[in-house]
Formats: sequence, C-alpha cells, structure tokens
Amino acid sequence: MVAHVSLTVNGKPREVDVEPRRLLVQLLREDLDLTGTHVGCDTSQCGACTVHVDGKAVKSCTMLAVQADGTTVTTIEGMATAEGLHPLQAAFWEHHGLQCGFCTPGMIMAAADLLARTTEPTDAEIRHAIEGNFCRCTGYQNIVTAIRAAAVVMRTGVAAPSGAVQGGM
Amino acid sequence: MIPAAFDYVRATSLDDALKRLATAGGGAKAIAGGQSLLPLMKLRLARPETLVDIGRLAELKGVHRLPDGRVAVGALTTYDEMLRDPILRHYGLLADAIPNIGDVQVRNRGTIGGSIAHADPASDMPAILLALDAEVVARSSRAERVIPITSFFEGAFASVLHDDELITEVRLPGGRDDVGSAYRAIEQPASGYSIAGVAAVVGAHDGTGWRYCAVGVTGVGDHPYRAAAVEKAVIGGESLAQAAAHATDGVTVASDIHADREYRTHVASVQVLRALEAAIARLG
Repeated sequence: MVAHVSLTVNGKPREVDVEPRRLLVQLLREDLDLTGTHVGCDTSQCGACTVHVDGKAVKSCTMLAVQADGTTVTTIEGMATAEGLHPLQAAFWEHHGLQCGFCTPGMIMAAADLLARTTEPTDAEIRHAIEGNFCRCTGYQNIVTAIRAAAVVMRTGVAAPSGAVQGGM
Repeated sequence: MIPAAFDYVRATSLDDALKRLATAGGGAKAIAGGQSLLPLMKLRLARPETLVDIGRLAELKGVHRLPDGRVAVGALTTYDEMLRDPILRHYGLLADAIPNIGDVQVRNRGTIGGSIAHADPASDMPAILLALDAEVVARSSRAERVIPITSFFEGAFASVLHDDELITEVRLPGGRDDVGSAYRAIEQPASGYSIAGVAAVVGAHDGTGWRYCAVGVTGVGDHPYRAAAVEKAVIGGESLAQAAAHATDGVTVASDIHADREYRTHVASVQVLRALEAAIARLG
C-alpha cells in the first residue's frame, strides 16, 4: 500500500508517496534529505530525532509519516534565517553546549518548544524540558547555560555578555 | 527499527472508525498519538494488519463539564492539553503526575485514551483514574457502555476493552472542597516508569476521622489496583503510617532487575504514606 503525504517542511510544501509504515524521521532524512534530524536510539528515548509538528516538539522516530499529512513540520534546518543563526543555535555555539554534536539538533528543537511556552525559564524548568533528550558527552551543564542565554536573547533581543549568564547553579 | 507492513486508513468520523474496526475482526488496531503502540510495532511485538487512525477525530478531543457536574475528558486529549486545561488544573493529583509522565515530546502526542487502552502495568494515569473512581466510556458499532475504571484493568497490557471498541471519553467526578488529592511516585531513572506510583484522594473529616479515602497504585502488581486495605485502615482510624503498611495486601508484588519484591513492597508503602500526607496537606 502506498499513501500520499502532503506537508509543509521548513516553510516549503512537500508531496511524498510513502509506505504507511514509513516513520516521519525516515521521510525527513531519506526522502527529503534533511539529515540534520538524527536517529539515536530509535526507541523514543534519546530525543535526537526531535522536530516540531504544528509547533510542538515530537520524536519523529515515534510518529508515522502518514500521521504528519497536512501538518507543518520544522526541523533544525528550518531554524536559521537569512539573517543568521537562530538564537538557540548561536547560544549553543557561544556557550559550547555540545561536544560531539549528535544530540544538538534534538536539544535545540526541545528547547525551542520550551521557549515557546515560557520566555523566562528557571534552570529546573530547562532541565525538565530536556528530560527526553540525552547527551552522552557534556553532562548537560553547558546545554542548560546555552538555553538560558538564548532565552535572554529572545526576550530582550540582546545577547548578554558570556559571563553574565554563567553561574546560577 | 521499522514496523511490519500494514494497511492504513484515516477515519473520517467516529462511526467510520467503529465500522472499520468491526469489519476488521481483530486484525485492526486504532492509533491515536501512537506513543505506546508505535514502539510495540517497531519491536514487532504488535503486528496489526490495518491501522485505523483516529487521531484527527475532533469529536473525541477536549475537556468539558457535564450537566451533573462531572468532568468529561475526550479520549484524544493529550497529556499536554490536560496540563493546560483550566478545569483539570484543580485536580491536585493530575498537577502532580502529568508533568512527570514521559517527556515533553511524549506528552505532546500521548493521549489519555491511548494510555488506558494500552494498560501498561506501570503507567501513571490508571492509578490516578482509579483513585478518582473514574468511568471509561467505550463505544463499538454495536453499543456504548460505561465501564467503572475499577473493573477496567485485567492484567499486564490487558483490559476488558473489546477489539471493536474505542474509548471515547473518560469521566471524572466533579471537584469537591472537602477532599484533597496527590500523586507520588518513585521512578526507574532511565525509563521514567513508576516502580511504585500512588494516587490518593482523602477527606471528608467529620471531627473524629477521615470518612473518604481512595488510593490507586501502579507499577507494583501485574495491573494498577485500588489499595482497599489502606482505604479501610484510614477510614477505620488507623494512623497514616499504619494504613500505608497495607499498600500491597493481597497483591502479588512484581519483582525485576530494577526493584526486587522486598524493595518494591517497601517503597509502595512509603509512596502510599507520602501520597496520603500530601493529599491531606492540600486540604489546608
């Protein structure tokens, strides 16, 4: 059986014919060549495959492509604009919120869901929001710092000096 | 991991979904958020011939108050929607439990109906619904029936729901001022599943003792259960600590690599005590 999926990915309308068992992450990576979304555990635990469907973070390894028919999907490739990196991307860079980088796309998409809900998250709220995302390198400290810094930028439009968002732990 | 091949249909209405389930004769499964079903299908522990997608049936979404004061939660209401709902905000045990169910990605997709249909023995929502004396409304193309949650779960991943039935709604009692509720759990750190999760609703103090007590327990037995011995002890005037010691009376306590029987029995009592105390503290 072949099913037709019509969806908007990073602002572009896309039409794809898929087997019903095709996962959303396969559609993104294999059919649309959007390989920024990673497959880590493939068992809905690690969050490396996190994307936004209609504005909400979901694990794209635990959603069928056919379930995304008619939706609007945003992947890590859709975060930067012509003006530059998304504040979360810039903050992960600035504060070294990664080591190997494998978890980073999922971390950023999970963090973006959080910052859409609350503009001034506490560290506890940040840690709770990335509970479904595993990093096996850095130990999360710099990831939390980066998300906190991005929240400041998105709230005020101004990047705080690097030292100003440290601490608080 | 890829699920085994299946046919996919998107139901256009509840009646359409029920008709498709009825004609499939057990070969079809309904999918909503898919947060429990898809992992099983990827492991090929579930291999439905047909998936009937009910995820977009607006008639099964949302929370509203019934004319008799009770609260109806549509089966497709997600955990995230429950968390934001102004009516459900007043249920202390929901506010305790839902932020810790799964993770944000799971709460964005997972639904209340899917959770109880899946009947995971360590799932949090069943314990909550047990303590609330909720009712499950299930419909097939033959009939609609209302199932008390206390007779819904039969065993691990097993409930009284028939293959051709869909949960359409979960009914909760309306809030009352003279009871408090709380949820307390000890989780297995990697999976987040409860080793022992306890929902308690306590109140109606008449000056001499508690006249109302309902306790739901998950993660401990082969299915979530009401701790009737604890309830009886609380209403009978025993101390909360004495009552909590009855947490696993009559239950065959599960034992696994995360928690052996002795440890799980102990933490079940600890969580019962904490949930009872927290519920009472909410009474102010």
